[in-house]
Amino acid sequence: MSVTQHELDEFRQDVSAWLTENNPGDPGFLLPESFMEVGTDKQFEYLRTWQQKVYEAGYLGMAWPEAYGGGGKPQVFQDIVTQEMAQQRVPFMTNTIGLNWAGPLILQRGSEAEKNKYIKGILNAEDIWAQGFSEPDHGSDLGNAQTKAVRDGDDYVINGSKIWTSLGSYAKYMILLARTSTDGPNKYAGLSFFLAPMQAEGITPQPIKKLTSEFGFCQTYFDNARIPANCLMGAEGEGWPIAMATLMFERGNVGGQAGGMAIMDVNVNDVLELARRSKRNGKPALDDPLIRDQMVQLMIEAKSNGLMNQRSKIPALASDYQGAVPMSGKLRGTELKRRFCQFAINLQGADGARFVSNEAVDGGKWQRLYFNSFSATIGGGTSQIQANIIGERVLGLPKS
Amino acid sequence: MSNNIEFSEEQSMLLDSAREFAKSQSSIDLVRARLDDDRGLPISVWTAMTELGWAGIVIPEEHGGLGLGFNHLVPIVECMGRQLMASPLIWSAITAHALRLAGTAEQKSQCLPALAAGAIGTMGLMETGGSWDLSAPTCAAKFAGDQLVLTGTKVFVEDANIADYIIVSVLLEGQSRLVLIEAASVDAAALNREVIIDETRRSFRLTLDGIQVPKSNLLLALDLNEIELAAMLLLSAEMAGSHASTLDLIVEYLKTRKQFDRYIGSYQALKHPTVDILIGLEASRSHVYYAATGFDVGTSNDRQLAVRMAKAVASEGCAFAGDRAIQFHGGFGFTFECDAQLYLRRALWGQHQFGDEAHQRTLLAPLMLEETD
Repeated sequence: MSVTQHELDEFRQDVSAWLTENNPGDPGFLLPESFMEVGTDKQFEYLRTWQQKVYEAGYLGMAWPEAYGGGGKPQVFQDIVTQEMAQQRVPFMTNTIGLNWAGPLILQRGSEAEKNKYIKGILNAEDIWAQGFSEPDHGSDLGNAQTKAVRDGDDYVINGSKIWTSLGSYAKYMILLARTSTDGPNKYAGLSFFLAPMQAEGITPQPIKKLTSEFGFCQTYFDNARIPANCLMGAEGEGWPIAMATLMFERGNVGGQAGGMAIMDVNVNDVLELARRSKRNGKPALDDPLIRDQMVQLMIEAKSNGLMNQRSKIPALASDYQGAVPMSGKLRGTELKRRFCQFAINLQGADGARFVSNEAVDGGKWQRLYFNSFSATIGGGTSQIQANIIGERVLGLPKS
Repeated sequence: MSNNIEFSEEQSMLLDSAREFAKSQSSIDLVRARLDDDRGLPISVWTAMTELGWAGIVIPEEHGGLGLGFNHLVPIVECMGRQLMASPLIWSAITAHALRLAGTAEQKSQCLPALAAGAIGTMGLMETGGSWDLSAPTCAAKFAGDQLVLTGTKVFVEDANIADYIIVSVLLEGQSRLVLIEAASVDAAALNREVIIDETRRSFRLTLDGIQVPKSNLLLALDLNEIELAAMLLLSAEMAGSHASTLDLIVEYLKTRKQFDRYIGSYQALKHPTVDILIGLEASRSHVYYAATGFDVGTSNDRQLAVRMAKAVASEGCAFAGDRAIQFHGGFGFTFECDAQLYLRRALWGQHQFGDEAHQRTLLAPLMLEETD
């Protein structure tokens, strides 16, 4: 199916107009910054309603197969929608784990039955998804997961606990990595992957209070929880490659996501806007040569990230150290955000010491952003683990 | 500003052939063997480069060149940088660029075909004191009949000993202007080789006192910023090249050197900074090719932004890579024999020509921080 530029331009205009008309606007309460920060029922319902509306308008999962509820259109249409959403700063899609990780995974390697059962509910936000990968004792060392799944007749019996389950209180399903065997040549061999129900006896999501004093994550306990044996994805022992495939979607290393944003967009230009109206010691912050230098540095880095993505699409200019740009995307993007949020607090003089309150600059938005930015530099493999992965897979350095 | 980077089939072929050429003509052993030579490059190699048309890339076809833009020169210069090649190509091209922008019809028809055919050009823009401000030279020119009498001293004039044309900036009647000097008319005593940090290059102090040229050697008025930007673009491309080979050198050593029964590359204290060097390289190449894309077609403001960003990123990244290359080679890194020093020296030269990263950011600040609407 070939698409003309004219069609795309018209489509962009339609999307833009629709978003302007249907933007749900300010709810009158503080919205979460990302799908990982949804901490109250009010926030959740507001965001779920918005996702439903976007899906019903045909602007979500546009490139997913029609047979399962998608739009069956070329990816470029969805990309335009996502760009326009970012442009207009509409709220993010709350069912991100379903839309961007579990969904593309099921489409890539799920059975026909799994596609029929799960895809539509992911898109229309009927079925919220959570992720059960990390465990309390094995943060970034996923391969060492100890939660057990023991086959018993038509069920698996699950015991153990998972941590950082975003949306745990609202989820209907979980992508779950659990150990079905302790034999095998290495720690990875005994892992299996489940599309597990969350509403089962013995599964308890316990909300965790974050460093911001808000909620959003859960620790999910499994206490002799029984889930149907057909929740197993692939075969026993195939959990590790399936989890790795999921991480490729999660980190954006491969395409196929349903679209929409997963976080409230904040970028370096917002920090510049703050800098322009900030004062340090009674003088405009941008009169201070050190502040100017740091601001320019951050802006250059943001530009670098955009340019790298652009260049990596040109094969002749991306031939050395293949994969360096996509593999480092998470590391670069999340670390830059952490640093520019830190800088945004530095801009505030003594008010940098305030936290979420009416007296704080922008209501304490920057302090909250800075704290929450660690969820992305830690979650999905810490920055330090990312550096190991890049060093080993891209540069070919020996394992640490 | 968009993030547009264009790279044509033609540029891609140039990149491939330049990479092969530089590899075969400038092995690290050859680079070392020539450190004490008066010429950075054997004449035969320069002739071969000229035959490939590279000397004429930015020279219009009507003057015997290929009539292409700097975006075609950048891939070649990057490849030369990878192999630490010391070639007159960069300054010959900038000399041609200056003539193309501000040469009189006569100067163009005299010099451009010669440059395209392999004559060597260079420029004297800097003076003692280490300032990067090119706009107010203290070297001067005065009219004397139909002659221009020059005074003052230029420094960091590359390859002046083998140049056919040297263009210098001087103050003439209160204006900063460019003057073309035919190198044959320069007394040998006026040229003195400078001791510089990058031993692969040949840099000279040029004493202008005593030199006079015909009035017709004066170029038309030109904003020197355009020359500065061209030089910074090519220097950044060259640094991106040597940044890449510095990384290769580090990675190779980290994969083969053992200490305490472990490959040193398995230590995160070495692995993580090496990943930083890789990411810095990716950023640097991206900025270079972005700046190259818009160089001949963009607005002056866009050019300023793109080139200064590229120079800042390249300078910082390349110098960091060189610095770590020494450290990660341990005791061997402290020796002249270890190639790491060649790369660090290259990096420091590039970083300090036409403004280091802090200088670039200072100049970028008013362009990036002020509200535009």
